[in-house]
Amino acid sequence: MMKENNTIKYDFLSKRLIALVFSTLLIVVSIGSLATQGLKKGIDFTGGTLVEVSFTEPSDLAELRDILNKENFEGAVVQHFGSSKEVLIRLLPDAALNTATLSNKMLDLINTKYSQKGELRRAEFVGPQVGEELTEDGGLALLYALICILIYVTFRFEYRFALGSVAALAHDVIITLGVFSVFQFEFDLTVLAALLAVIGYSLNDTIVVFDRIRENFRKLRKGTPTEVVNISLNQTLGRTIMTSVTTLLVLFALFFLGGEIIHDFALALIIGVFIGTYSSIYVASPITLALGISKADLMIVKVDQDELDKIP
Amino acid sequence: MNHFPAWKNLLLVVAIVIAAVYALPNLYGEDPSVQISPLRGAVINNSVLADVKKELQTADISTLKDELVKDQILLRFSNTEDQLKASDIIKTSLGNDYIVALNLAPATPKWLRDLNASPMYLGLDLRGGVHFLLEVDMQAAEKQAVDRTATEIRQLLRENKLRYLSVVTDKSDIRIKFRTEAIYDKAEETLSDEFKTWDIDPEAGGSSTLTLIAKMSTSELTDIRQYALQQNIITLKNRVNELGVAEPIIQRQGDKRIVVELPGVQDTARAKEILGATATLEYRMVDTKHSVSSALAGRVPLGSKLYKNREGGHVLLKKQIIVTGSEIVDASSGIENETGSAMVSVSLDGPGGKKMSKTTRDNIGQPMAVVFIENRTETKIVNGKTIREKTIVEEVINVATIRGHFSNRFQTTGLDNGAEARDLALLLRAGALAAPIDIVEERTVGPSLGQDNIDKGFNSVLIGFVLVLVFMAIFYKTFGLIADVALALNLVFIIAVLSLLQATLTLPGIAGIVLTVGMAVDANVLIFERIKEELKNGNSPQASIHAGYEKAFSTIADANITTLIAALILFGFGTGPIKGFAITLSIGILTSMFTAIIGTRALVNLAYGSRDIDTLKI
Repeated sequence: MMKENNTIKYDFLSKRLIALVFSTLLIVVSIGSLATQGLKKGIDFTGGTLVEVSFTEPSDLAELRDILNKENFEGAVVQHFGSSKEVLIRLLPDAALNTATLSNKMLDLINTKYSQKGELRRAEFVGPQVGEELTEDGGLALLYALICILIYVTFRFEYRFALGSVAALAHDVIITLGVFSVFQFEFDLTVLAALLAVIGYSLNDTIVVFDRIRENFRKLRKGTPTEVVNISLNQTLGRTIMTSVTTLLVLFALFFLGGEIIHDFALALIIGVFIGTYSSIYVASPITLALGISKADLMIVKVDQDELDKIP
Repeated sequence: MNHFPAWKNLLLVVAIVIAAVYALPNLYGEDPSVQISPLRGAVINNSVLADVKKELQTADISTLKDELVKDQILLRFSNTEDQLKASDIIKTSLGNDYIVALNLAPATPKWLRDLNASPMYLGLDLRGGVHFLLEVDMQAAEKQAVDRTATEIRQLLRENKLRYLSVVTDKSDIRIKFRTEAIYDKAEETLSDEFKTWDIDPEAGGSSTLTLIAKMSTSELTDIRQYALQQNIITLKNRVNELGVAEPIIQRQGDKRIVVELPGVQDTARAKEILGATATLEYRMVDTKHSVSSALAGRVPLGSKLYKNREGGHVLLKKQIIVTGSEIVDASSGIENETGSAMVSVSLDGPGGKKMSKTTRDNIGQPMAVVFIENRTETKIVNGKTIREKTIVEEVINVATIRGHFSNRFQTTGLDNGAEARDLALLLRAGALAAPIDIVEERTVGPSLGQDNIDKGFNSVLIGFVLVLVFMAIFYKTFGLIADVALALNLVFIIAVLSLLQATLTLPGIAGIVLTVGMAVDANVLIFERIKEELKNGNSPQASIHAGYEKAFSTIADANITTLIAALILFGFGTGPIKGFAITLSIGILTSMFTAIIGTRALVNLAYGSRDIDTLKI
């Protein structure tokens, strides 16, 4: 049954120190950025008012800003959305101004003062308390997802696998958030959903690898744990690439064709799929290995020493 | 050899047929239509339908089809222009007793509708409309309850000649101070007997201060919150009826919020004004000396006013107000002991009780009415200028004969059933002590954006789908084509399940479908890669197929279950858009497992199962 297939085509694990440095770097940058400049939160989380208006002719943002400023909407952010015929107006929450009727007032104002009449595409109002709750619920959802997965994987595999997979998930979530923070992409409710989907996806990837590692541990008589993991990674590589490619194909379709609202969602997932694929190879498995997964009791230090010696 | 037992093949075929049938309604599109439903006492029957049709015929508008189902008339038109014209005509001819709403009715053929098959329910982001999240001010509701009880305590103590120094409300407590110990003891007993849902205890320092503290029990607190929510939902339902929305949703969310969804509504300013109206009520005597018909003809007697009642008729009431809503302390529904019929008991405060006493003493045997009044400000555009206008809508909600002399507490009996009593009690309280509500979230999607979202969503699903099909066919050849068939089937299954559950399809929901398309092939990739491996290991094609499916199964199950966990948590925590995504993702995971494992296996068996083969095209 097991013959030539157990050869190691790519020695993934020999590069794991590089990967460790790379991942650590990304995480440090991500956390640093999250701590210093944070996320550019959408109104789902901050609360506030958002109005999208479409005009038949290209619109003049300066004039629109002027009109809004004169009528006490000083804080309004006015920008084009998708094309110059569409305008997005955002207003951060303000105790004095914070009511649901604000969007109607703004639209009235545009229709009476501006040179062209606008058509309402979308209006959103989120009260500050709702925004706060969403932030809290979103964070909790992430946490609960991680805990439930930890339990399931412990139950189905072993705690070391569980820790490895959850570490990989945390890695993916932090770095995806980091990318959104560094580039100041808008973080709204759909991006949060995407983040949870990333967890699902990355986990899927990791579990497939783990499944093979477990199988090989039981099947292969010879070989160090490192070799077994390396063989498993090689065996699942074809599948990992295929699935990532098909998923990315549809995500790019969403990214380019799904429209502005779904744009950030697709972006988060694209980032997540790349990082998730990487992490199932270079984060989940090496951590499980480092935690000493094996049928024989191999010392972690020894494994590391062997690996270090191999690195040219 | 690879064979499925006959039952497995049969199961697959049956599942596919069922899925195809329930997915089918989505292909038929929608007709612009006008939906007429009765308001209050009005009836919908064939004669109304005939009248409406006659009106439309004179205006030269033809309908595609007209139906009378479940108290509703649905008229379908070939284009929106006819629909809009027809709606205007019907509105003017039927008047205020009917809700005339524009709708897009699914053009599902009858045989499918007989099978209960209907298209997916599109979310507001796809069909356009307004979503409101309203929050009931529970602190106000509690404060009202505390104030109400304080009044009742004063009343009870007075009635029992128990002299108190003071009854003061302090946040959610009521402090009752007495002068003598004898009264204090007696009062504690009396109050504990009467206010069972309240905890009556001596003040923390002991009985030396001669002060009792009344505290609301937790069950009473829950009841008050429930009631405040319920009452607001009832009044919101009444108000939304006036907006003429075809399929409004009014639902509680959590323990203090109400979701209102109004598909197709564009005039959000008016919707907000109507939802945010305030209500009050008045008790008035019925004018029995003059006839309603002569008043209807224009001869309204001096000192009286003509009102509409809920049944669509009219009542002539005296202008003099007996008591107003602000004097009502409580109203609750219940069952009358003697007759067992439904009733509403009302209690009034001191001044209200005195006025009621005076009126009832002189008017025994005379009918008395309750008028429900809604005040709202509407913004209208007249000659290009926005004008804010106050509108008052008045309606008689109950007429009852005064059977005897009463003051603070009385009962309204003779109600048809418990539901009517509950509604009346809710309305009485809505007019008297409605807990205020605020709009805490609004999401409005204009019709053009809705259509854009549908188009873009559809396009991205299509393109993504085709890309994956091509990619799989290139990489796995025959097996790739088999996976493609499974993928197409999976799409049919997802749509069928969404249609069957009538789950709401939103834009993030479409994203969920797209994502499942990408991930659904994963199971097949796992299987095919396994088969390839087995072949490489020198196994025969048939054995490889068998082992490939066998070995990949546990991996597929583990991988999908963990993703499902993430999806379910999303569903549990998410609101609106996230929920939509979680639903389609969960359904997609489940259906894809079915199609990718059982569906493709059946096809593989069909293609290779019963013959000797040397090579597999994989």
